[in-house]
Amino acid sequence: MNKSYLSQPHLLGIKYITKEDIELILSTADNFKEVINRPIKKVPTLRDVTIANLFFENSTRTRISFELAEKRLSADVLNFSSSTSSVKKGESLLDTVNNILSMKVDMVVIRHSAPGTPTFLSNHIDANIINAGDGTHEHPTQALLDAFSIREKVNSFNGLNVCIFGDIIHSRVALSNIFCLQKLGANVAVCGPPTLIPRFLPKLGVKIFYKVKEALNWCDVANVLRIQLERQDIKYIPSLREYSLYYGINQEILDSLDKEIIIMHPGPINRGVEIDSDVADSHQSIILQQVENGVAVRMAVLFLLAGNSGSPGISNFN
Amino acid sequence: MKHGREIMDPVRFDLTLQRLTEQIIENYSQFEELCLIGIQPRGTILLRHIVERIEKREASNPSTIFKTKILQGHLDITFYRDDFRRREKILTPSSNKMDFIIENRQVLLVDDVLYTGRTIQAALNALQHYGRPSTIKLLALIDRQFNRHLPIQCDYKGMEVDSVDNAYVRVYWGVGDAQNRVVLYDSKEQEDE
Repeated sequence: MNKSYLSQPHLLGIKYITKEDIELILSTADNFKEVINRPIKKVPTLRDVTIANLFFENSTRTRISFELAEKRLSADVLNFSSSTSSVKKGESLLDTVNNILSMKVDMVVIRHSAPGTPTFLSNHIDANIINAGDGTHEHPTQALLDAFSIREKVNSFNGLNVCIFGDIIHSRVALSNIFCLQKLGANVAVCGPPTLIPRFLPKLGVKIFYKVKEALNWCDVANVLRIQLERQDIKYIPSLREYSLYYGINQEILDSLDKEIIIMHPGPINRGVEIDSDVADSHQSIILQQVENGVAVRMAVLFLLAGNSGSPGISNFN
Repeated sequence: MKHGREIMDPVRFDLTLQRLTEQIIENYSQFEELCLIGIQPRGTILLRHIVERIEKREASNPSTIFKTKILQGHLDITFYRDDFRRREKILTPSSNKMDFIIENRQVLLVDDVLYTGRTIQAALNALQHYGRPSTIKLLALIDRQFNRHLPIQCDYKGMEVDSVDNAYVRVYWGVGDAQNRVVLYDSKEQEDE
């Protein structure tokens, strides 16, 4: 019998959880995918749980997806965004969060531009912490929903070749995907201009391609990332136009392959830069399935963390 | 099962299943309005056996009652339970298969053991999401009648079992009907051994 609980009380990053944890989350997400496709998409499971969504950095998809997942599980949801809060008045992160927690919050979903923020919080406060993206470090729920979406298309991760294209050095999605896919048994490669590929990657056992055609020939799944101009303090590439010319994925190059690969993108898409419109909207692309699966996967994560016997708040009942 | 005591042997098991099947046929003359819903995970096994028996009986003795196909659903109540976050072990969901609406239908819930009644309460909550049925009745193979936490009773029962709170009743389904049996343990832990 498989394990039915997570090894950790928090989801801080894929690095800190086991293969069994990932498989448990994915199999639980199967059940939630069925729930969100019912005529009535709501279940009362988390009706006595309060969840704070603390977004210190902009987000559309992740935030809506988390909020929807929480509401579909009947949790009480508190939304916080730093632009409209007292953070602007000089309050520290720990003070902000502790103030919110004194209003009896059980779980915290946090996005922050500083890597390690969720880990820092988990050491100081009594609540389940879920990392919704910390700077350029990790974005675990994105990696889980990517794995879930790939799993719907292929039979097994063993020996599967997945290549991540684009701005690897600034991408938390890339790092979480590398950990997640490797734990599940897939081979992972990255492809991009040398300036956008971190030097530590070979140590993680990741293959590196500098030419798109070679990478596409190697891989079964292509996960295309955005160029994160807002995180680039210096010029890493001469221009977006030049990047698009050498590294953009277009239909022509896909047609020249002797196989059909799966195209993924975590969003937001910059059409015409890293991926062409016709590729993003083609039948090979599972970009919108990724978004749908995001809600199911996040419901699974919330459900499993809230139900863990070591969870904060549970002892109150006994 | 070295510690357990067999309280229903295969012969009695077979008779009981047959009686429950006949009772359903007797009481639901308008089969087109009936839907049978098994509660996951173990109620669906009982449901499968009952439906097999109804179909077998119909094949040997065709009647007008079963012109329509019997509607069957598998209901997973994990997300509706009232003990989430209140127990040591985390809950593991099973698959849910309800591809029809129960509006104005006669629902017959099927589960193997009726104990505290909390599973049924969760099932009643879950059913609200599939429409407003005209009636809901409950069928259980084993009714542990003195262990109820809620005012819930079953309409069709295979056998009544009077046992202490700690006891654990387990229905075993064999490969063939000759291996089906029900065993009473002193505690849940004993069954696990």
